[in-house]
Amino acid sequence: MKAPPVDYIRPRSLTEALDLLANAGAEGRVIAGGQSLLAMMNLRLASPGLLIDIARLPELLTAADHDDAVTLGACVTHAAIEDGRVADPSHGLMPRVAATLAYRAIRTRGTIGGSLALADPAAEWPAVLSALDAEVILYGSSGRRELKCTEFTTGIFQTKLAENEIIESARVPKLSAETRCGYVKLCRKSGEFANALAVVVADPRRGYWRVVCGAANGAPLVLANTSRLVAEAPRDPDALRGTIGSDLDHASDRHFDEFQRNLHTVAAVRAVQQVLV
Amino acid sequence: MTAIRVRINGGEVADDVPPRLSLADFLRERRNLTGTHLGCEHGVCGACTVLVDGEPARSCLTLAVACDERAVETIEGFAGDPVIAALRRTFHQRHALQCGYCTPAMLITARDLILRQRAGSEREIRDGLAGNICRCTGYTNIVTAIAEAANEIAKEAPNAQ
Repeated sequence: MKAPPVDYIRPRSLTEALDLLANAGAEGRVIAGGQSLLAMMNLRLASPGLLIDIARLPELLTAADHDDAVTLGACVTHAAIEDGRVADPSHGLMPRVAATLAYRAIRTRGTIGGSLALADPAAEWPAVLSALDAEVILYGSSGRRELKCTEFTTGIFQTKLAENEIIESARVPKLSAETRCGYVKLCRKSGEFANALAVVVADPRRGYWRVVCGAANGAPLVLANTSRLVAEAPRDPDALRGTIGSDLDHASDRHFDEFQRNLHTVAAVRAVQQVLV
Repeated sequence: MTAIRVRINGGEVADDVPPRLSLADFLRERRNLTGTHLGCEHGVCGACTVLVDGEPARSCLTLAVACDERAVETIEGFAGDPVIAALRRTFHQRHALQCGYCTPAMLITARDLILRQRAGSEREIRDGLAGNICRCTGYTNIVTAIAEAANEIAKEAPNAQ
């Protein structure tokens, strides 16, 4: 189908974008790559009155390489991450993830900020940035605030982004050189949304271990006991499987059926195995 | 209506478009460039793939207004392109199309895979084609045709590969 009628404006600065957003009220919708929003509009699942196009704002397209972190502007595309055109704080994890995200023709326009803002439960970046302990930097009329990615995403298509705020960037801590990462995405066809997604970051020098499940019927799910177990480099596959299973069972609000529980366990086991030397 | 200026296949075009008009409909209905095909209109089938500023994009998920001051290439614009020429030949030889609906976007996607050096193995080609659906061929001949074109291009310009 075709998108419903809509107005469109391309502001020259982030401040102007925020003013437009505030004035538009509930009718206003920020558009970056539009790779989800325009599909939703074509399917008539979304019909905003005004699109505020932020995709070309220079302040959202930059990536800053700091001593301990990399700040990626919200409108950095998946393709830019895939190609290494922006600094990579993750020793290859983020480019590896980006290459599995939808299709190249989507990745050239879709943005990291858009993925975080939409918070599709099966999307890659919310889970991966949660595993990397990244922060989301929000810019609103009352200034900036930073939230851990794990707090920012609150549920299925739900975040703490306020109506008058725009995601400015994601701040991703740099991993130490000894870090090992695991990433497994289970889906029937390359580029589809995940049926199960597991991300493991093991950075012994910083004393940081985290295992996260995506496509988990809600916000990315941190497997707390499994994360602790990974620190001990578990050799016993049954113990690993058991701990993952108990972490999944502990999240009773996710209502995993047996098939999903199995898929998430398989994904997590494989991802953990990737970090065991 | 919003005024836009777009470079299409090398030529400057100015037009007034309603903001909701997709790039695909703009190309097909306003510019009569009907080689760009629409299948699903929500980014899944890949039939509408064109180049925007040199990179493949879904023209059904791109607004014409958002292409203001950008360069768009459609299948009609590749007459002199050596990679498309090789693909055109191998698609013909290998019978890599039947109805032809997916073919323009298959060619544009395959060209991008070859230029980014992502057509080195069958696995790589199949991964790179996952976003372009063909309902006729079963893909085997398309994959073979792309592999052969990639080889041809590599032989002609070994340093580029």
